[in-house]
Amino acid sequence: MITPLHSSLGDRARPCLKKKKESGWAWWFTLVIPVLGRLRAQTIMKARLKGAQTGRNLLKKKSDALTLRFRQILKKIIETKMLMGKVMREAAFSLAEAKFTAGDFSTTVIQNVNKAQVKIRAKKDNVAGVTLPVFEHYHEGTDSYELTGLARGGEQLAKLKRNYAKAVELLVELASLQTSFVTLDEAIKITNRRVNAIEHVIIPRIERTLAYIITELDEREREEFYRLKKIQEKKKILKEKSEKDLEHRRAAGELLEPANLLAEEKDEDLLFE
Amino acid sequence: MAGRGKLIAVIGDEDTVTGFLLGGIGELNKNRHPNFLVVEKDTTINEIEDTFRSLGSLLGSVVEAKPNEHDPPLDETDSRQFLHRDDIGIILINQYIAEMVRHALDAHQHSIPAVLEIPSKEHPYDAAKDSILRRARGMFTAEDLR
Repeated sequence: MITPLHSSLGDRARPCLKKKKESGWAWWFTLVIPVLGRLRAQTIMKARLKGAQTGRNLLKKKSDALTLRFRQILKKIIETKMLMGKVMREAAFSLAEAKFTAGDFSTTVIQNVNKAQVKIRAKKDNVAGVTLPVFEHYHEGTDSYELTGLARGGEQLAKLKRNYAKAVELLVELASLQTSFVTLDEAIKITNRRVNAIEHVIIPRIERTLAYIITELDEREREEFYRLKKIQEKKKILKEKSEKDLEHRRAAGELLEPANLLAEEKDEDLLFE
Repeated sequence: MAGRGKLIAVIGDEDTVTGFLLGGIGELNKNRHPNFLVVEKDTTINEIEDTFRSLGSLLGSVVEAKPNEHDPPLDETDSRQFLHRDDIGIILINQYIAEMVRHALDAHQHSIPAVLEIPSKEHPYDAAKDSILRRARGMFTAEDLR
């Protein structure tokens, strides 16, 4: 513990210790950053406080920007999902139609799977420092089902293929929205956690340390002041004592006055008058 | 990260899968394993769950998805799983099947592959059950039911 020179005030002057009765140093160190009560430490602590506050404000802004984007995405997701419900219904209907005309082609379709024509790429988008994955679909290769439905129901089958292709596009868009949603959710949680940590743990800690430093400095000042006053008193007493002494000795005739240079009338060093 | 293209996987009933295959998303990888699973009346939940789980994590592996086989329980690195394949970007799953394996879906926290719930012929889309929308339940309760 950093003990001041003269602590007549005892624990009353150390607010960080006043109320707590736990033993040990551990909790004290968590409450306040251990520093010497110097002026330089005070300036350093002030700078740190400023830094922490700026950091907290920046993070708050980031959290706000992310939340805004998050809500926009959520709205869009809900709209798109409703749309998707409709599109899928249409597609399923055309499937039923095609089945009716062309017979059951499901097994042939499943057996003839080879290479996908529609694939997706993942690109990165950036929002307030958070990278979001975005899907983009692209076509590649030829239609491996060109010959299906050649016998009958070709038109229904073509319509069916178109409907499902449309559905796939919509679904890819929806998937992008969804991944952004999930990623943003995580990012917002992390940012908010950081903001709260700074606001409720770090800043109070620094403020408490500053208060402690200020009390230490004050106490030191008080001690100096007290010390100076005491010294002055002592000096005054000594002076009075020595003067009294002088009086006594003069009165007793023991003291010879030294020659007064200024009172001399004749100067012996002068050779010529 | 615009690299090699990723695939769209489907877990659904026969009609859904047929439709999407006609849309052109079906592929067999080099071990002749497909990126879709047709769920029939006798497909076990375990199987659906395992296939799904492998689709969602990031280990590369290979999938075997014959719907009528009853296989022994698998550990996480088993190759049937879609979540484990790194060449799958989106998983489409019928909503009623998603209900069956809801816990596996909720445990999937990665953003890729994205899991989308789609309606089937018998079960139209129900926004209240969608796992993604449930997360945002606190924010937009009125609009959820629109």
